[in-house]
Amino acid sequence: MEPNTGNAVRRLYRDPDRRLIVGVAAGLAEHLGLKVAVVRAAFIVLLPLNGVGALLYVALWVVLPTRPVDPNPDPEAAAAEPAPRRSRSITDLIPYAALGIGILLIVSLAGLGSLTSWLGWAVAVIGVGAGLIWHLADADRRRRWSRTVPNAPWLGALLDEGDRRGYLIRLIGGAALVVAGIIGVIAVFAPVSGAGFGAVISGMLFALVALVGVALALAPLIWRMFAQLREERVGRIREAERAELAAMVHDQVLHTLALIQRNSSDSKTVQRLARGQERSLRNWLYKPTGSASELLAAAIEQIAAEVEDTYAVAVESVVVGDAKVDDAVGALVAAAREALVNAARHAGVATISVYAEVEPDQVSAFVRDRGAGFDISTVNNDRHGVRGSIIGRMERHGGKADIKTEPGEGTEVRLTMPIGAGARI
Amino acid sequence: MTTPMGETTPRLRVFLVDDHAMFRAGVRSELGAHVDVVGEASTVASAISAIAAQHPDVVLLDVHMPDGGGRAVLEATRKTAPDVKFLALSVSDAAEDVIGLIRAGARGYVTKTISPDDLAAAIRRVADGDAVFSPRLAGFVLDAFAARPDVPVADPELDQLTNREREVLRLLARGYAYKEIAKELYISIKTVETHVSNVLRKLQMSNRYELSRWAADRRLV
Repeated sequence: MEPNTGNAVRRLYRDPDRRLIVGVAAGLAEHLGLKVAVVRAAFIVLLPLNGVGALLYVALWVVLPTRPVDPNPDPEAAAAEPAPRRSRSITDLIPYAALGIGILLIVSLAGLGSLTSWLGWAVAVIGVGAGLIWHLADADRRRRWSRTVPNAPWLGALLDEGDRRGYLIRLIGGAALVVAGIIGVIAVFAPVSGAGFGAVISGMLFALVALVGVALALAPLIWRMFAQLREERVGRIREAERAELAAMVHDQVLHTLALIQRNSSDSKTVQRLARGQERSLRNWLYKPTGSASELLAAAIEQIAAEVEDTYAVAVESVVVGDAKVDDAVGALVAAAREALVNAARHAGVATISVYAEVEPDQVSAFVRDRGAGFDISTVNNDRHGVRGSIIGRMERHGGKADIKTEPGEGTEVRLTMPIGAGARI
Repeated sequence: MTTPMGETTPRLRVFLVDDHAMFRAGVRSELGAHVDVVGEASTVASAISAIAAQHPDVVLLDVHMPDGGGRAVLEATRKTAPDVKFLALSVSDAAEDVIGLIRAGARGYVTKTISPDDLAAAIRRVADGDAVFSPRLAGFVLDAFAARPDVPVADPELDQLTNREREVLRLLARGYAYKEIAKELYISIKTVETHVSNVLRKLQMSNRYELSRWAADRRLV
C-alpha cells in the first residue's frame, strides 16, 4: 500500500476499482494501511459470529461514499493505473469463498452455531436489499435527483430517462431481498413449527397484496406528479436559455442601437456599427467554437472584423475547411491582414473579399477588391507594406505571394503556404 | 453592372415574399428601374395564393418566415406552377438554411446586403434558367463536396465536382463576377453559367453525407 502523504484529512472511501464485491474491504485496507487480503479474511472470520462479518460489510457499504475523482491526478499514478473500471475477478473470489465455507463448516461441525446466528444472516440480507436500492446510481446522479425533486430524491430516479430498465430490475431485486430477510427475521422469532412459519408467509402475502392495491390506487396521482415535474424541468431549461439571450441582447444589440441613433447623421459610423453588430450576432448564432489563435477560420474572421472596424469597409469572408494555426499559417493570416488593410486604405471601395481554403498540402488565401489598383512596377520599392509585410513574410515561412493588379482593374493578393499533414482538420 | 435588358426584352415580372415590410419597400423601390414588381406577400399562405394568381417569372423568397418559411412557399408553388423560378434572399448564413432552400428547388441564393444592380442581374440570370451563387454559398458547396478519403462516393456523377467546376466555385467564393471568371479561365460567360448550373443540379440531386446532414439539421430534405 502506498503511504497517503498529501491529504491532511484522510477520509474512508469505498474503492470500486479494486472491488471483489463492492470495494469495502479495498477501501478499508487502504485507509488502515493493511493488505486487502487481511481485511477480507477478517470479514470472513467474523461471519460465523451471528453473521457479524456480513452485517458489518453491508453497513459499511451503505455508509461509505465512493472515492471522488481526483481533480489533479498524479501523472505517474494515472499512467500506471488505466482509467476504465476493472470488472471484479471471479478467480480472486474463489479463495475467499472457500475460506468462508470452510470456517462455516468447522463452526457448525463443532456445534458452535445455533439458531440465533440465522438472525444475523437475515438482517444482512435485508441490508443487502436496502443497499441495492440505495446504491442504484452513483452519487452524482443521486445529487441530480435530489436537485430535481428536493424533497423526494427517489422520485428523481423515476424521472431520469437513462437506464430505467436496470433501475427496475435492481429495485425489484432489492425489494425481494428485503422481504426475504424480514420473513427470515420473523421466522427466527416465531415459534419453531411448520404452522407458525406458514402463518408468517400468508401474512406477508396479504401485506403484499395490500401494498399493490395502494400502489394501484395512487398510480394516477403519482403519474400526474411525474408529468408536472418533467414540465417544470423543461420550463427551467427554457428560462435559462431565455435569460442568456436577454443578456446578449441587452449587452450588445440595445447598446449598438443606441449608438446608431446618436450617430445617425454619420453614415460611415452607422454602417460600421451595424456591420460590427451583425458580425457578433452571426458568431453567436452560428459559430460558437474556435479561438482565433488556434484555428484558421476564426483567425480570418477576426482580421476581417478588425479591418471592418478600423476602416469602415465591408469585408466578405469565406473560409473552406479549417486548419490549426502554427507559425506558417499565422504568417499567412498576418499577410492577409496586411493585404486587407492596403485594400481598405488605397482601393477606395466599400467591399473587400477575402477567401481562404485549406487543401491537403497547402493553405491559400485571396484578398480581392474591385478598386483603384496600381502599377506594381512603379510602387513596389517604396511600398514597404507590400514588400515586407506580405511578400517577404510569406517567403520567410516557405510560402508564396502573388499580386495581380493594374490601374483601374482592382487588386488581388494571392497567398499560398504549404502545410504539414497534421495541420488540416 | 448595366441593366441586362434592351427595348426588345420584356421586363421581368417579379414577386416579393418577405415578412419585413420595410425590406419589401426597399427592394421594390430599388428594383423598380430594372423589373416589374407585380406583387408582394408577407405570409406563407398569402404568398402561395398570390403567386398562383400572378404567375410571376421570378419569386424573391425570404428564407425565414413564420409558418414554415420560404420552403413552404417553394413546395406548394412547385406543384401548381413548376416554371416559376425562385431566388432565395436571406440574412442567414447558416449552411443548413442555404443548402436546404437550394435542395428544395431554389435556383440561387443571395444575401440581403447585395447591391440593387447585382440583385437585378441575379434575377435576370435565374429567369434565364441559370443558377446564382453568393460567395458564401460557393464556399459551402466546396466544403460539402471536399474530397475526403473517408467518405465513400456512391454516385461519382452526382457526388463529385469536376476540376473545372471546382475552379469556377473557387473564383465565385473569391468574389469574382461571372464575367471576371470567364476572363480568368479563358472561357465564355455561357460556359461559366453551364458549370454553375451543373453544380446546382449536383447540389439538388446528390446524396452526399454533408448535404443530407445539413438538411437534416433543420429537418429539411
